[in-house]
Amino acid sequence: MSEGHAQALVAEQFDDVEQQRGATSLGMWVFLATEVLFFGGLFCGYTLYRGLYSSAFEAGSHLLKIKFGASYTVMLICSSLTMALGVRAAQLRRRKALLIFLIITILLGAAFVFIKLRYEWYGDYLEHLVPGIDFAPEGENLVVIQRFGAALPHVSLFMFLYFVMTGVHALHMIIGVGLLATLFILAWRGHFTGGHYEPVEISGLYWHFVDIVWIFLFPLLYLIGGRY
Amino acid sequence: MTEHIVPKKIYILVFAILIAFTALTTAVAYTDLGPFNTVVALAIAVCKASLVVLFFMHMKYNPGMTRIVLAAAVGWLAILLALTLTDVSSRHWLPAPQGWESSAPSPRPR
Repeated sequence: MSEGHAQALVAEQFDDVEQQRGATSLGMWVFLATEVLFFGGLFCGYTLYRGLYSSAFEAGSHLLKIKFGASYTVMLICSSLTMALGVRAAQLRRRKALLIFLIITILLGAAFVFIKLRYEWYGDYLEHLVPGIDFAPEGENLVVIQRFGAALPHVSLFMFLYFVMTGVHALHMIIGVGLLATLFILAWRGHFTGGHYEPVEISGLYWHFVDIVWIFLFPLLYLIGGRY
Repeated sequence: MTEHIVPKKIYILVFAILIAFTALTTAVAYTDLGPFNTVVALAIAVCKASLVVLFFMHMKYNPGMTRIVLAAAVGWLAILLALTLTDVSSRHWLPAPQGWESSAPSPRPR
């Protein structure tokens, strides 16, 4: 890279590329810290009410389907790997590899949201498990709730937290997919593989953060209450 | 951040460990460990999150400033949880003083 090109990459307020990169990723980490507290409020509410109504939370967890939770986890971990490899491709200035990894990540993210809305949530709706819209568990679900000796309003509180926490998470996924789609178009036009890969790097940070949120949501929502 | 290109091998290894931990945490849900089910599940989740932060999010190769931000995020989350939970769990330790009748409906018994 020529000297002139290197300077064009650096905005006026920075001394050099290194400082610019440091500032960019620091800014993203500060944003992610606010996101930790945003989700933290929900996790705090979850902890509080699980402490108060533990049997209802365990019964509620049995109303969810582990196969969904586990496959989302695998999909998100795969997408985190492809995202990390995408950032690496941008660092190495490999445009084609960057495009391939971005599109795989986008597809995995979109599949996550699609399966969640079309199959899992719609299934929950058909089973009358959506508080505020139609919450009247019946059949096997009701048997499970009675086996745990849980009160219906408390189970509905669990389902409410489930929908809000996974819903806000899914919203983050949708934003992430939009972000990556924008990166894809720009990368197609040759951006990011000329040394200025920071947007890919910080979008990657966001994507990995959303993965981490799911890493906690999966055991806390889907896996409690003992399946033995 | 100093430009640090992580070898592909490391990413794949981290990925494999994350998948293995996912299988492990699911298996633990089907095993009776008493109160330790939740502890083990959370410990595995913290390990997985740490791997993602260290390698996928390049924290291992980052300068100190971003580490301070991460520590601040975790620290404030701890404050949020600790103060809320100590408040709620200690509310019924002392009876309300004489004459302190609240007009609000009494909280549900624990």
